[in-house]
Order: sequence, then C-alpha cells, then structure tokens
Amino acid sequence: MKSEIIAVGFLGLAVRSIISLYPYSGFNSPPMYGDYEAQRHWQEVTVNLEIGEWYTNSSNNDLMYWGLDYPPLTSYHSLLVGHIGKVMDPCFVELHKSRGFQSKEHKRFMRSTVMAADVLIYLPALLFVCLCIDKTFQSQDKPFLFTILMAYPGQILIDNGHFQYNNISLGLAATAIGAILSDRYYKASFFFTLALNYKQMELYHSLPFFAYLLGECAGEKSTGVFTARISQIATIVLATFAVLWFPWLGSLQAALGVLHRLFPVARGVFEDKVANVWCGINVLWKLRKHLQNEQMALVCVGCTLIAALPSNIELFRKRNKLGFLLALFNTALAFFLFSFQVHEKTILLAALPSLLLMKWWPNEMLLFLKVSVFSILPLLEKDGLLMPALVLTMTFEITFKCVNTTSKLNNEFTLKYITILSNIILTSLVGASLIIPAPTRYPDLWPLMISVTSCIHFLLFFLWGNFQHFTCQNNLNLK
Amino acid sequence: MKDLFWHLVGISTGLKILLIPAYHSTDFEVHRNWLAITHSLPMEEWYVDETSEWTLDYPPFFAYFEWLMSQVARFVDPQMLEVGNLNYESKATVYFQRCSVILADLVYVLGVRSCLSALGLARDSQQHFTGSMALLLNVGLLFVDHIHFQYNGLLFGILLLSIAALVRQRFLWSAFAFAVLLNFKHIFLYLAPAFGVYLLRFYCLEQATIGSQIGAFLKLLLAGLSPFVASFGPFWHQIPQVLSRLFPFKRGLTHAYWAPNFWALYNSADKVASSVLRGRRDVGSGSASGLVQEVRHVVLPSITPAITFALTVLFMLPILLKLFRSPKNQSPLVFLRAVILCGCSSFVFGWHVHEKAILMVLIPLGLLTLVNREDARFAYILGIAGYFSLFPLLFDPDLFIPRYSLYMSYVAMLYGQLYRVFPGFRGFHVLEWIYMLGFLVIPLYEHVLAHLLGWHQRLPFLPLLLTSVYAAFGVVYFFGGYYLYALGYIWSPKLAKLAHSSSSSAPKRKRKTK
Repeated sequence: MKSEIIAVGFLGLAVRSIISLYPYSGFNSPPMYGDYEAQRHWQEVTVNLEIGEWYTNSSNNDLMYWGLDYPPLTSYHSLLVGHIGKVMDPCFVELHKSRGFQSKEHKRFMRSTVMAADVLIYLPALLFVCLCIDKTFQSQDKPFLFTILMAYPGQILIDNGHFQYNNISLGLAATAIGAILSDRYYKASFFFTLALNYKQMELYHSLPFFAYLLGECAGEKSTGVFTARISQIATIVLATFAVLWFPWLGSLQAALGVLHRLFPVARGVFEDKVANVWCGINVLWKLRKHLQNEQMALVCVGCTLIAALPSNIELFRKRNKLGFLLALFNTALAFFLFSFQVHEKTILLAALPSLLLMKWWPNEMLLFLKVSVFSILPLLEKDGLLMPALVLTMTFEITFKCVNTTSKLNNEFTLKYITILSNIILTSLVGASLIIPAPTRYPDLWPLMISVTSCIHFLLFFLWGNFQHFTCQNNLNLK
Repeated sequence: MKDLFWHLVGISTGLKILLIPAYHSTDFEVHRNWLAITHSLPMEEWYVDETSEWTLDYPPFFAYFEWLMSQVARFVDPQMLEVGNLNYESKATVYFQRCSVILADLVYVLGVRSCLSALGLARDSQQHFTGSMALLLNVGLLFVDHIHFQYNGLLFGILLLSIAALVRQRFLWSAFAFAVLLNFKHIFLYLAPAFGVYLLRFYCLEQATIGSQIGAFLKLLLAGLSPFVASFGPFWHQIPQVLSRLFPFKRGLTHAYWAPNFWALYNSADKVASSVLRGRRDVGSGSASGLVQEVRHVVLPSITPAITFALTVLFMLPILLKLFRSPKNQSPLVFLRAVILCGCSSFVFGWHVHEKAILMVLIPLGLLTLVNREDARFAYILGIAGYFSLFPLLFDPDLFIPRYSLYMSYVAMLYGQLYRVFPGFRGFHVLEWIYMLGFLVIPLYEHVLAHLLGWHQRLPFLPLLLTSVYAAFGVVYFFGGYYLYALGYIWSPKLAKLAHSSSSSAPKRKRKTK
C-alpha cells in the first residue's frame, strides 16, 4: 500500500537522523581524526585548489593527510558540498586553517549532506530496485523488501554514524541492478559506471555486470546485433569515463597519478583487523615477513579471480536474473575475502545483494546480515556507536519477524541448528568482549576473534552462495 | 495476521533507546531535582524546599515514585541526588533517567494490552495490530516522553488500566485505579466527571434496591478515597502548602507558547482586531516578536480563570448528560467519547493549558479509532493537528529532521491502517484534505521562506504563532464536529447503518457483581 511505503521511507529517514545525533569517526581525536575529517578535508581541497592539483602532492595539498583516494565523482561531490558549506561558513573549508575543524553547526551541516544523499539517491534507488524485483519475478514483496533494505543497520551506522557516503555508490549500483533486472542494459551500464566512478570498491560488483552484459550480447544470434550492442555499451561506459576523467586525460602522468591514489599498493595487504582470509592467515603465518607488497598484490589478484570466476562463468553461460543476484553476492564476497587492502566497511558491497536475496532465502540472509554488522563492531566501538549498533541489530531482527510474509518457515533442521549456534557464538563474543578486558599480551584479542569468526562465516556463505548459484537452475525456471 | 504486539513493543523500545542522547528539555532537570529532594530531604520539606526553581508540583504518589527511583539512582551516580547540584547532567544521570522512562512505559504496555482485550479485539486481528501500532509507537509520546522528557507513559498506562477495568465492569478497580492516577498527576481531574457519572449511573444506580445502591456508593467512595488517604496522609499537617503547590495561580490565559486551543484563536482575533482598528502602528512589536506571559486583550473582553472554568464545565455537561442517559449496551462507547470530550473541553477552554495536554485526548481516541470509522476519521484529523502542535517542544535544530520524519511516518502509517481496518473507508472531505495538507506550509515557511525573506530575524516567533493558530482551527473543528457526532446530531440512516455495522466493540459481558 502506497501510504505504508511512504511511512517506511520516512521511518528510514527518521532512524538515520537519530543515528546522526551520535558521535562520528575521529571525533575529538587529533592529530589525524577520522573519516569525517577526511571528507571535510576533501571539500577543503576541491574548493580551494585547481582540479589538476587535487590528486597530486604539493605544498597546498599534503597527500599524507587524508589525500583523495576515491575516483573523480567523489571529488566533484566534495566540490559541490564544499561550496554549500562555504556559503554557510567559510571557516568550514578554509585552506589549511580548517584542519580538524569541529563545531555543532558543522556536524549538523555534514550530517545533513549524508541525509540529502539518502533522500535524493539511496532511498529512491532502493524503492526502484524493489519495484524491479516485483515486476521481474511477478511477486508482491515490495513492502517486505523495502522495509528490510531501509532498515539494514550496517549502512546506517557507517554512513550516518561513522560518516561516509556509501549511500551514493550503493544507490547508483542498486539502480544499475534494477536496470539489469528490467532488461535495460544501457541504463545499467551508465549507472554502474557512475557507481564505479564514485568508489572504486564497486569493482567488487563489476564482474557480474560484465559477465551478464557480455553474455546477453553474445547470446544474440546475429553478429551484427552483437557488435551493435557491445559497441553501444562500450560507448556509454567509455564516454562516461571520459567525461568524468576529462581533467586528467591531458597527460598519461596525470591519469596514472589518480590511479595510483585509487589503488595504493604501498599500504600493504590489510590495515587493522579485517574479516578477510589474509588477516586470518596472518594470525599463524606472518605474511609481511615472507612476501613483498607487490608479490602479495599479485597473489591477491590471482586468488580473487580464481574465487570469483566460477560464479561469473556460470552467469555468462546461463544468464538468469536470480543467478545475477547470486553472482553479485558471490563475487563481492570473493573480493572481500581475498582482495588487497580490504576495509571492513566494504562488507556493505556484499550486504546489498544479500538484502535483495532476502526474497528467496530470508533466514539465511538474515544471519549473513547480522554477521556483517558483527564484523564491523570493533570499528563502531571506537566511534562510540556500539550501543546503537546492538539496538539497531535487535530492532532489525524484530522488524524482519514482523514483515516476513514469505512464509518460508524455517523447517530445515540444519539451517535452524546452524542459526542457533551462530547466534550463540555471536552473542557470547559480543558479551565477552564487553565484560572481559583483553589480556595485556594480546590487546587486540577481541577484534581478532570477531574478525576470524566473521571470516569463517563469510567463507561458509561464499561456498553456500556458489552452491545455490549452480543449483538454482534446477529449482526455479527463470530467465 | 500474527500477534505482533510484543514485536511492536520491541521496536518501540529500540527507538526509545536510540533517542537517549537526543536533546531534552528543562523537564529533565525538574525530575532530577525531585529525585534529589525526595532522597535527601525529610518528607516535611518535600513540598517546601525551594533550592531549585522547579519545585514539586505533582501529588504525593509521584513524589513516592521519585523516591523509589532515587533508591536505585544512588548506585548509578549519587551526585545527581544532591539538592544543590542544579542542572547536574552526567552521562550516567542521563542514561538513568532516560531508562527509567523506558521502564515505566511497561505500565503503558500493560494498559494498552488490557484495553485492547477489554474492547474484545482478538490478538491476531487487524484491529489489534492497528491499535498496538497507534498506541505503542505513538509519536506524541515519543516526542514528549522520550525526547522532551516526561513520564506520561506511566500515567496513561494507569489511565488505560482504569478504562479497561471499567469496560470489563470491574467498577471498583476502575475507580481505585483512577484515584491512584489522580494522585500521580492531578491534571486528570478533568476526566473525573466522565468517570464519576458513569460509575454513578452504571454501577450504583444499576443496583436493585436503594439499600444496595447506597452500599455500592459507599464501596465506591472507599475505593476512590483510599488512594488519597495513602497519598496525602503523611502530609496531613501540610495540606494547604501541598495544595498551593499543586494549584499555583499561573499567570496568563495562555502559556508562553500558545496551546492550539480556543484562546489561541481568541488572542489572534484580538490582535487582528486591534491592528485593524488602530492602524498598522502596533504590529511588529506585539506578541509575534516576544511572547508575553500575560496577554492583555485590547478589543475583546478579557478572560479570567473563572470564565475559563465555567466554559470548561459548561461544555462538559451535554456529553455527561448523554452518558447518563445512554443505554447499557452503548455505554462503554459513550463513556470513551465522554472521556475524550471532557479532556478536549479542558484543553479548548482551560486556563494556562500546555500543548502536551492534547495527549489526554489523543490517547483514548486511539482506542476509538479501532472501533468505529466515524470516530477514526475525527481522530485522524485531530492527530494531524495535535501531533504537529508538539513540534515547538522539540526546537533544537538537531531535532528538525527526526521530528518531521517521525511525524510523517506515523501519520502515513495510520492512514494506511485506516483503510485496512475499515474496508471501503470513505476518506476525507476535500476541505479536510486542504486543511491537513496546509500544515506543509509551516515548515516550508520556517526553514526556507523565513530565511530567504530575512523574516527570521524580524519575526522570530511567527512560526510558533502559525503553528498554534493553524492547529487550533483543527482542534476546535474536531471539538465541535466530534461533539455533535457524539451527541447524535449528525445522523443519517446511512451513517447509522455504517456505525452499527462497523462497530465491533463487544465488551465482555461478564456479570460480576462486585
């Protein structure tokens, strides 16, 4: 019912605005502060410097202090937001002087920019993809899916709490996914290219798009149509890239400079504790001792591709829409588990397809989503967001129980058993980490245990996802 | 439909916990002060102490409640219990007080559960779900209790328990509960006539003989007065002082922010008339630029507390008469309407009314929304105006987006629920739609136009004025329209048929002679 969808949308905005009251990343912690200061600094850089200087090291732009490391669309967004901020109060973005600037008004301003992105891009995109799912699969799951998508705690806590703009890239990606489901391939290419140019992490989603679109074109009987389609898609993608990267296409050096910022090999295979295979291996076998960064990067690329290929080849050969969603899930997990320089926040890229897959596997995906929030708890705890994280997760589960009309009552014994076991493990770890302080010999004990537990869960879900992809043909006759 | 009552309790509790760090008003300090004085001072001084400007002005049961809480508070942060620690707001204090409101809401949850079952609604029915949602996720209570800071959940819980008992014909429990409520917060006195008339007519006078009638009356007195004895007993030597605290002579027909009642319209009419008659000389330095405590009327006759009291009582009489004369099987329905209209009369005509008092009308209306589509229609319109009029309480800029989005979410959800509960719901009149949509203009003015035109400096209180007056139209329209409907004057055969067919309130017919 329309009014109920409107109600859910406003409730989503309400929850986001309430989480906005909480502290942000790096609040009151000089000298580096956190992601909030990074975003503010990018506004400062883009507003005050020439385009050519944004990604290059100079006396005006110290790349060691939160240098820009997202593609140009983020920079343009920072420019826009920075100009609005400048109108409100020039102190927000004054070159050099505004470093570490904090004030109540500034927080209000920054928080409202995230909410503006929610209202203009993210929430409409979520609604759009729900509409597309209902149309494609002839179902009535829009209220259920939209509520779950809106209520997912991970995105709210990272964007409106910690402070980031994942809602823009995820929203654009969601639009692209919806477009694929509706067979609008050109729109899909366009929106996905935009998403990719906002955050390079969207590469996690790129293989399935590539496989599906290439497969669709290759499926055409006539070579003429094939060529026409491929070239149209290629034109859209390349043209979008060209327009966005135009200022840096003057010289190879400029373009490489930007790329170097986007893919920093020097930073090492991981920072902090991540629920990633390499971090897990590192517990027993110190990777840095045995491999150089460049070698490690190659190992990562290799492993990631090996992990991601099965699902994508299957998608290329037998393109069905549910397979596309599964491939997104599997590929995002493959990249998360095996990639280089993975941050725990990028689990959101796997969460998006997982939320869509709720339609078919509600209980399994609920567990996955809970583990995804569990995996970022150490990060949230540093920001003072632990309490909202736990509350939002519990409320999310209760909301799920309210709206879950897909009557897939959990009769499967194994699933029930695993879910209960997992819940016990997760709850115990959270409880223990709160009550028992870490021993002085292993100060990172709890974050490490949380990472390893999450990693095991993610690996199992990765295997599960691949299994589902290869068997979904037999269960559902869908194109 | 599944029974989702406890799920909704869970969701509402989650939302309340998330609101803990939100802005709170001076009422927070009021309650901290009361924790301090009940804990640290002997009883004789509770109603005497003036260290803080926020003196104890609720009846003794609330003081005992604060005392009970203070016994836990001393393990949380003993410094909040020092009387001299004015405006003490440590993190522990905030968490403690906020959580105490959330826990006290348990009484509210029980009250809602009790009322919904007393109305005969099956737990897995659509109506039960709608009622649970409208009452447990009530946006007015979220605003006033969990942001602004008050304990209305506790109080309305007791009220609902009293109503539920009455509908179930457990009359003595009802009287007892209501008396307890009066000893927590005496503003509920305005609802006492409805209770009094009902109990007199349907409990006392229903008895067979004069003897048993008198017996019933005496039992009623006992049930009703014993809470007063328990509450005021320890203060028997201080009763005048306590009463002076409970009923202070508040200066001003209206509060600084005019509650959206008849006097808001009266004040505005006076302002308009005076500026028209005197030319444009005085506009701008009038009450739009600074809300004065005492509004002196220039053109229209000035109003005294006696006049407001007389009007309030006068407007209670018709519905009370109807209640007295209503047939037995309709009586719970008419009773609820009487409660609503008595509360509304006190809101519309009362002296120095606070805008929060609209909740006294809206919460019981939530029950009638489930039962009858005409009541639901009126309830919705009052809700739009009433919940909107609470916005000025949440004036902190960080609360702008929360307040608008929570409000919009609630009214949109309620709208959808109306159509689910009443298939073929006839919707609203065009003029009513125009009125409801008109509310969008006020935030548009306050946040956009006022800044573009620079009027936010010149006329800073204009948005408040607009809110009061515009909402007041809705409140007065509701009062008039609903009153006529309740008295049976707007009656067409079609509506009568609709009312009878959709009225599914079937109070349990337990013949318990108590």
